[in-house]
Amino acid sequence: MAIYEGRTGDWGIVVGLEVHAQITSASKLFSGSSAAFGAEANTQVSMVDSAMPGMLPVCNAYCIEQALRTGLALGAQINLRSVFARKNYFYADLPQGYQISQYDQPIVGEGAIEVDLPDGSTKTIRIERLHVEQDAGKSLHDQHPTKTYIDLNRSGVALMEIVSKPDIRSPEEAAAYVKKLRTILRYVGTCDGNMEEGSMRCDINVSVRRPDAEFGTRCEIKNVNSVRHVFQVIEFEARRQIALIEDGGEVVQETRLWDTKKGETRAMRSKENAHDYRYFPDPDLPPLMLSEGFVENIRKSLPELPDAKKQRFMADYGLSAYDATILISEQARADFYEELAKGRDFKLCANWFITELLGALNKSGKDIGDSPISADQLGDLVDLMSNDTISGRIAKDVFALMLETGKTAGVIVEEKGLRQVTDTGALEAVIDEVMAQQADKVAEYRSGKDKLFGFFVGQVMKASGGKANPGMLNDLLKKKLAP
Amino acid sequence: MPLDHETVTRIARLARIRLTQEVQEKTLPGLNSILGFVEQLSSINTEGVEPMVSASATTLRLREDRVDDGHCRDAVLANAPESFAGFFVVPKVVE
Amino acid sequence: MSDLCKMTVSEALEGLSKKDFSAVELTKAHVSACENARELGAFITESFDLALQQAVASDARRASGNALPLDGIPVAIKDMFCTKGVRTTAGSRMLENFVPQYESTVSANMFANGVVMLGKANQDEFAMGSTNLTSAFGPAINPWKRADGKPLVPGGSSGGSAAAVAANIAMAATGTDTGGSIRQPAAYCGITGIKPTYGRCSRWGIIAFASSLDQAGIFTRNTLDAALMLKSMAGFDPKDSTSANLAVPDFAAATKRGVKGLRIGIPKEYRVSGMDGDVLSMWEKGAELLKAQGAEIVEVSLPYTEAALATYYIIAPAECSSNLARYDGVRYGLRVAEAGDDLDDLYEKSRGAGFGEEVRRRILVGTYVLSAGYYDAYYLKAQKVRALIARDFSRAFEKCDVLLAPTAPTPAFALDESPDDPVTMYLNDVFTIPASLAGLPGMSVPAGLSASGLPLGLQVIGKPFDEETVFAASAALELAAGFPGRK
Ligand SMILES: [Mg+2]
Ligand SMILES: [Zn+2]
Repeated sequence: MAIYEGRTGDWGIVVGLEVHAQITSASKLFSGSSAAFGAEANTQVSMVDSAMPGMLPVCNAYCIEQALRTGLALGAQINLRSVFARKNYFYADLPQGYQISQYDQPIVGEGAIEVDLPDGSTKTIRIERLHVEQDAGKSLHDQHPTKTYIDLNRSGVALMEIVSKPDIRSPEEAAAYVKKLRTILRYVGTCDGNMEEGSMRCDINVSVRRPDAEFGTRCEIKNVNSVRHVFQVIEFEARRQIALIEDGGEVVQETRLWDTKKGETRAMRSKENAHDYRYFPDPDLPPLMLSEGFVENIRKSLPELPDAKKQRFMADYGLSAYDATILISEQARADFYEELAKGRDFKLCANWFITELLGALNKSGKDIGDSPISADQLGDLVDLMSNDTISGRIAKDVFALMLETGKTAGVIVEEKGLRQVTDTGALEAVIDEVMAQQADKVAEYRSGKDKLFGFFVGQVMKASGGKANPGMLNDLLKKKLAP
Repeated sequence: MPLDHETVTRIARLARIRLTQEVQEKTLPGLNSILGFVEQLSSINTEGVEPMVSASATTLRLREDRVDDGHCRDAVLANAPESFAGFFVVPKVVE
Repeated sequence: MSDLCKMTVSEALEGLSKKDFSAVELTKAHVSACENARELGAFITESFDLALQQAVASDARRASGNALPLDGIPVAIKDMFCTKGVRTTAGSRMLENFVPQYESTVSANMFANGVVMLGKANQDEFAMGSTNLTSAFGPAINPWKRADGKPLVPGGSSGGSAAAVAANIAMAATGTDTGGSIRQPAAYCGITGIKPTYGRCSRWGIIAFASSLDQAGIFTRNTLDAALMLKSMAGFDPKDSTSANLAVPDFAAATKRGVKGLRIGIPKEYRVSGMDGDVLSMWEKGAELLKAQGAEIVEVSLPYTEAALATYYIIAPAECSSNLARYDGVRYGLRVAEAGDDLDDLYEKSRGAGFGEEVRRRILVGTYVLSAGYYDAYYLKAQKVRALIARDFSRAFEKCDVLLAPTAPTPAFALDESPDDPVTMYLNDVFTIPASLAGLPGMSVPAGLSASGLPLGLQVIGKPFDEETVFAASAALELAAGFPGRK
C-alpha cells in the first residue's frame, strides 16, 4: 500500500482496472472480416462492420472459446448462460450506434490473480468479471484542420474486457497486475498483449481517501496503453485529487484522458459526460449457452499456468521466488530455462540465463524469442565451466564473443586457446617463475604476511593469460609457498 | 407521470434528434398519450415471470473463425455523404 | 387491363410452361398496369428495366428447359428489403438516396427461384404505421372504393405491397410484419397475407424495425399462391442468428389438406369493444363455414390479450430506438450539416430532418423506456408480460390446432379519417399484435364484405412453425367464403 503525504496528512489510493484485451482470432467477433492489425483504411470492413441497414451479427465460436480459456486461467467462475447486450451511444467510430457487449450476464464471473510485487512478495487481486464485446473503429483527428477521418478496420474486432475489483492500492500493484494479466493471456494464447498496437488497453479508476476510510469519488482515465503509463497515470491522478481536496475542492466523477506529451490527465472535452447507455439484451443474438463438457474440455487443454510453474520451479530447481518469477514471466523464457537446465546445475543455469543472456537481450531491447543463442548453445558454455575447461571469468568473454560472432562456445575456446591450464607441470613452472621474480614478497609471505596470498594468485593468473584453473592454482600455490 | 419539456429535451438529446420548439410542442401530447396507455402494465402481476427477450426459442449459433468477408471498401463507401482517401469523413471531433 | 394481370401465380406458371405467353409478355403487361395505376402510389421506386432483363433471362431459362419454380412471376418487393443496386428507402427521407450494395436473403431466394422485380413497394416509414400515411414518399391508396368515393388507406405498414397485389399490378408482393403489417393491409385490401413464424424467413438484409418481432411474409390473391411464394422465400440462413434451422415444408400440399377433425380455437377475449358489427358477424360466419367442413370449434381463452398492445408499444419502440441509431448521416443516408457544425449537430440535424413524425415519436418513446430509472418499470415489465402472452397461446394450443380471429377491428377507412392520437391509431393492430409478440404464424384471408362494401379479413393463427395447418385452415376458409374479389 502506497502512502501519499499531503499537506494535511496521509492519503491512500484505491484503484480498479478495466483491461480491454483483443482476442487473438482470424476474423471479427460478429463478422467474417479480418481482425489483423495495420491494414489500409476500411479494407477490413464488411457490410456488417459498417452497420449497413439490415445487417446482422453472427458470433465467432473461437472468440467465445478464447474468452472461456481466459476465464479458466483466471480461476474464474464460468457462466453457462450469458447474454449479449447493446450499449447505446453515439460516436463517430461506432457505426451501429451501439456496442454489442455483455452487461448483467457476462460469460465469466469472479476470479482472482496473484501478482508479483517488486519486493518479491505477492498479492491477490480479485477479478470482478470478464465479458466479450466489439471494438469500435478508429478516429483520426490530426489529418485535417476541420475534419475527423474514420477507419472502421477495428470496428467489430473481438475484445475481452477484464474488470478487477478495487483491490489495488499502489501504482506498483497496478503495474504488476497488468504485467501478470498479460503473462497469463500470453500463456493461454488468447491475446498477444501487444500494448503498442492497442491489443491491450487499460481504463483506470482512481480515487483517494484517508488511510482505511471509505472509498472516495473516482475518476476513470481511459485508454492507457503501456505499463509505464499505468504507473504514471495513477501517480499523477492521485496527486491531482489530493491537491484538489486539500485546496478545498471536490473530486467529480468523470472520464479523463491521459495526455502522454504533458504527462497529465485532463477531463474529456466532449459534451457527452452524462452517459445513459440504455443497455438491453440484443434481440439479434439469442442467449449463449455452454455445456459443462465443453468447458471441461477447454479446462483440460490449458497449459501449465504461470503461478503453478513458479511453484514448480522453486520446488524442482531450488530457485528463489525472485528468479522463478523472472523465468516464468514469459512462456518462452520458462521453456528456454527448462531446456537449458536439463542435466545441468540448476542454479548456475539460472544465473547465466537471467544475468547474462536476459541482461544482454534487455540491453538491445530484444525478447527471448530473438535470442541469437539457443538453449543448447548456452548449455554448451555452461558445460565448459562445469567440466573445468574454462573458468567463469573466461566464460564471460566467451559469452560476449558468442553474441558477437554467433560462433559456438567450443569453437571460440579452441580458436582463442582459452582452455584452462590444468597440466600440473605447466602450472608449477609458471608458479616457479613468478616466485623467482617476486623473491622478496615470498619472503614476506613466509614470515607471516598471509595477506599476500591473493597477490600471488593474481600474478600467476596474469602470467597464465587467465587460463589457470583457479582451484588447482590455489592448491599448488599454497604448497609451493609453504615455508 | 406525464413527461415535461425538460425530459423530452433530455431524451431527444440522448436520441440525437433535434426538435424545434414548435415540433416539441406538437410531439409532447402524443408521447404522453403513449406513455399513459402503456402505464396499464404496472397493474399486471409478473412476479416470478422470466422476461421474454425474443420470439426465437433458439440459443446462440456460433460460426467458424474464418476470414470470408471485407475487402470491399468501394462498396462500403459507396453511399457515404463524405469520404476521402478511403476514410469516412465527419466534422472534427474534439475529445 | 390485360387479363395477364388478373391471373394467380399458379395460373401464370401454368400459362408460362404451356407457352401461352412469355415472361417478357407477362412482365410488360404488368409494367403497363403499374404505369396506369401510378395514382395508387404503390411503388417508391420502379425497376421496370431490371424487370424486363429478368424476364428475358427467365424466358431463356425456360427455353433451355431450366425453368425455376417461380420463373417469370412479376412481384413487388417492399422497400424494407435491401436490393442490390436498386434504391431502398424504407419509406424514409433518411434513405432517399440509399443504394444497397447487397441483396437481402429473402429477395435473393426469390430471384434464385426466378421471380421478376417490378419495383420497391411503398410503406410506412421504417414500417411504423398502420395506414401507409407515414411514408415520406406520399401514401399508397387502397384500390377498393367506398360509396362516398373518398380515397381509402390500404393499411400498413406494407400498404404499397397490398395495394399492388389488390390492384392486379403485381402478382405477389413481399411484406414485413412486426405487429400486423402484412395481415392488416391484406384484410384492408381484400387479399391474402401471411406472416410466417418468427425465424422462418431470414431477416438478413431487411431493414430492422423491431428485431425480436420483424418477420418477412407475402401478399397474394389466394392461399395457394401464398404457399408457393413463401416456399421460395423461407429457409435457414446462417447469416441470421435468429433464423430457424428447419426444413421448409411443402406449403402448397398443405392447402389441400382440408380441416376435417381440425380443432379451431375461438379466443373469447378477441370480442373487444369498438369492434365493427360486420366484423363480428363475419368472424362467427367463418367459424360456421369451417365447422361445416368438419372442423371442431372450441372456445379458448387468451387472458393477457388486453395487455398486448401496451406491451408491444414498449418493446417495439425500445428496439427501434436502438436499431435506428445507425442512421446518423456518417456512412450513408441523409446528412444535414452546415459549416462549423460539430458531430453532434450533424447527428441531431440529420436525424431530426431525416425521420418523420411517427418514427421520431417511437424513437423518443423507446429511448425513454430504456433510460436509466425507467428500464425496469417499462421495458423489463413489458418483457415479462410478453412471456405471459406467449404462455397464453401455448396453453390455448393444448386445446386447439389453430386459432380463428378477425384480422382488424374495422374495414379500411379514408385517408382523412386517420386518427391524430397515436394510441387510437395503434388500436388497429389489436388482433394482430398478440401473435406477433409470441412469434406465431398468422394469415389473413379475405372472408367477406362489410355493409359499406369493403373487404374484411379473418386471421388464422398457428403454432410455431406449423404454417402447414395455417395454410390448411386458410385454404378451407377461402374456399367456403367464396370471397368475390374486387369488381
Ligand atoms: Mg468499461
Ligand atoms: Zn469495454
